[in-house]
Amino acid sequence: MTTALRRYPVLIALCIAALFMVVPFLIVAVNAFKSPAEYSQNGPLSLPEGLYLDGLKSFWERVDFGQKLVNSVLISGSVAVLAVILSVLNAYAIGIGRIKGRTWVLAFFVLANMLPQEALVYPVYYLSKQAGLYDTRLSVIIVFTVIQAAFGTYLLSSVLGQFPREIIEAARIDGANKWQVLWRIVVPVSRPTIGVLLVFFFIWTWNEFLLPLVMLISNDNQTVSVALGVLQGQRLMDATMTNAAALLGVLPAIVFFLVFQRTLTRGIAVGAVK
Amino acid sequence: MTVTVERGARATGKDQHTGPRRPRTRDSYTLFLLPGILAFTAIIVVPFLMNTGVSFTEWQGIGSPKWTGLANYRELMDDSEFWASFRHSLFMVVAMAAVPTMIGLVLAAALFDYIGKHFGSRWAAVLRACFYLPQVLPIAVAGIVWSWILAPDNGSLNELLKAVGLGSWQQDWLGDPDIALYSVMGVMVWVQIGFPLVVFMAGLQRVDPQLYEAAELDGAGWWRRFWHITLPQIRPEIYVVLTWCTIAALKVFGAVYVLTKGGPGGATDVPSYFSFSTFFEKTQVGYGAAISTILTVIILALSLVLLKLQTRDEEGDRT
Repeated sequence: MTTALRRYPVLIALCIAALFMVVPFLIVAVNAFKSPAEYSQNGPLSLPEGLYLDGLKSFWERVDFGQKLVNSVLISGSVAVLAVILSVLNAYAIGIGRIKGRTWVLAFFVLANMLPQEALVYPVYYLSKQAGLYDTRLSVIIVFTVIQAAFGTYLLSSVLGQFPREIIEAARIDGANKWQVLWRIVVPVSRPTIGVLLVFFFIWTWNEFLLPLVMLISNDNQTVSVALGVLQGQRLMDATMTNAAALLGVLPAIVFFLVFQRTLTRGIAVGAVK
Repeated sequence: MTVTVERGARATGKDQHTGPRRPRTRDSYTLFLLPGILAFTAIIVVPFLMNTGVSFTEWQGIGSPKWTGLANYRELMDDSEFWASFRHSLFMVVAMAAVPTMIGLVLAAALFDYIGKHFGSRWAAVLRACFYLPQVLPIAVAGIVWSWILAPDNGSLNELLKAVGLGSWQQDWLGDPDIALYSVMGVMVWVQIGFPLVVFMAGLQRVDPQLYEAAELDGAGWWRRFWHITLPQIRPEIYVVLTWCTIAALKVFGAVYVLTKGGPGGATDVPSYFSFSTFFEKTQVGYGAAISTILTVIILALSLVLLKLQTRDEEGDRT
């Protein structure tokens, strides 16, 4: 009895704390469906009287949100796949090939991962202009492929460093070359880690702000994050539009979260312990 | 991208036939590193060296840079805006590393050891998901949500305060120079807290439950077990979380851009925003490069120190 009495306060306290974490999402969801008149009359804390969808609709049309979603999916998806390929190749050489000086090579990738993007942004901006890639989605894909691969190389190298060598030697004796060993054995066996990396790279790239903000200036190329951030920075939105923007920005994140929740939480654990 | 990958494949295939001797085959793994080395040189090494080089010049982004030696750095030392931005960085370290780590530890222990054991792991998983949610949100979106909640007129927080009779507590949360930095810190705690929580909960899973049972039999209360078992056992995770969060705090940009643009009157300026505005708004590229170079040096030095501490601690455990 005493333990039961002592247990519930902890549960209740944690539930209140958790509620505090999700309340901003709830407020946004509630207000996105209010008309401007209703909002100014009742304020942000009342429940909506009906489903007012015009705010969402006009915001969607005004910023061409569909195009922004396409851009974000295209950029994040390409980066996830390309960065994983690059990480696998690097990690194969470091973790399984055990090339000479691998500690230094690995240290280089770790340092590249720590580097603030501010120290790269102006030269990247300048060089992409010289190369005619400025304001293209391709430029952002190339840059983030490399940046994300820095972390991927670091993580995969330590995972592949513990790869059972007997399997590789057996395949080599059977006449498989290094390329075949990589694609037929190492990649399929490391699928869980690779899955984690794909999800991480996708979400991280989706959320990136500084470099896409600098590199993608025309409306047709902007990602969801950049388009919303720029709109907010201009301070041109009224309250209902802000809410529509916030809701449309939050929704993809929640979808990813629900779809990938297991991979995410497992992945963070893997990434942190390695 | 695919072109380089295929080229790497063909090169290694050829190597198979021509070089059967052992040292050669071992070295041929280096070819797999080729695309990576090329890409990193082009995207990271060259821009980084250019940025460092430009930091010793005066340059508006067009024409040719004029060599000025250490003039930019000397100027920075006397620039109060620069010192203020780094002072604000320390506040960000508190908000994004120190506070989330502490709260995350208590929450993780409570969820794992209390909720998980007494109410089932489902409860723990659902609660953990709530705390983790802000972490998947783009920072630009988090900024929109919070700047609307913290708005002075009609903002949810002020309305809420009025509704519960604390109308005198209403503030212009992001517009008052004395409060803005603390408001941004509060938002960052909210953003950041899920990361330590998830890492610590994963770490707790490898702690031997018998340790807790033994301590419980000896009559140790929850706080004593937390202090003497949980903390020492997940020390590696604490180091990792502190390292990552501190670096993230020094790099923070998006939140400041969306919430305050460094304002009001520079009250929330941070080094990364300061360098961004120097680069692209004031187009003093040399000066901006100097700011970002100093930021880089600080981050790299700090990561080396933290990594060293971490490895020394692990070695200390083993002996």
